[in-house]
Amino acid sequence: MIQTGALMVTTPSDREILMTREFDAPRRLVFDAFTKPELVSRWLLGPDGWTMPVCDIDLRVGGRYRYVWRNEKSGEQMATGGVFREVLAPERLVHTEKFEDPWYPGESVVTTTFEERSGRTTVRQTMLMETREARDGVLKSGMESGVERSYQRLEAQLAELAAKS
Amino acid sequence: MEVRAAHASGSLDATFAALADPTRRAILARLASGEASVNELVEPFGMSQPAISKHLKVLERAGLVSIGRDAQRRPRRLEAKPLGEASEWLERYREQWEARFRKLDDLLLELQSGKTQRKPRARAAGRYGNRNRKGGTP
Repeated sequence: MIQTGALMVTTPSDREILMTREFDAPRRLVFDAFTKPELVSRWLLGPDGWTMPVCDIDLRVGGRYRYVWRNEKSGEQMATGGVFREVLAPERLVHTEKFEDPWYPGESVVTTTFEERSGRTTVRQTMLMETREARDGVLKSGMESGVERSYQRLEAQLAELAAKS
Repeated sequence: MEVRAAHASGSLDATFAALADPTRRAILARLASGEASVNELVEPFGMSQPAISKHLKVLERAGLVSIGRDAQRRPRRLEAKPLGEASEWLERYREQWEARFRKLDDLLLELQSGKTQRKPRARAAGRYGNRNRKGGTP
């Protein structure tokens, strides 16, 4: 049986979502993967069928970033952006986030820390929303991913594993 | 990509609010191992009875705790259903991000496997450049 991923999602307060995940790479590299456009655009994707045609990042305090995702089939687009408040490579990152066609009210503040131990990096990302309602809205959005898609993904992974063995 | 889903139960907000407090989570953990009266809860938590009662009220309003039949002890017990619902939302949110992070795992592996491949910018440009030819190259 396949163990699900190591990602932990918790709600430390009524306006926050905390994600904790370990990566098998030094933090310099993980930090790059979170902040360099050519790397971000390769993993920060939505469900299958979505691409990330715009990924602009001006990595400095006061600098802006903007991401645009597009569904190649329907042409539907979604965009988000914000401003960096703290940039302490490769340890800590604080930025605001606001969706251009907001599906949750207000702006959130995202704090990301990178902690390295024996060549592995633990990333902790806290998303602080303006209201509890906004936070719950974000959590409920997970609904969209659906059970069906996770089964498809599991199938794909099993096939991949089978091919490797 | 992310659509705000309509959900029948408005009580999810109350569940998350109730769970936001560490003392209330500890009370739930205690009740998970069996029902307990208010007095029985006061002792291990080292809090005043009114303080415990206040936390219990929040948990009751969220439907996480109910009061048992025994009229004397009025034992509180854990109601598992709303908890399951809240953890289901968290689980789906988690799945979404885990899918992204698996892609990041692959990317990090690729970045570490040999210095010869350390030209992500050129690679990414090639990838998108090919696909978007008609839009672009002078």
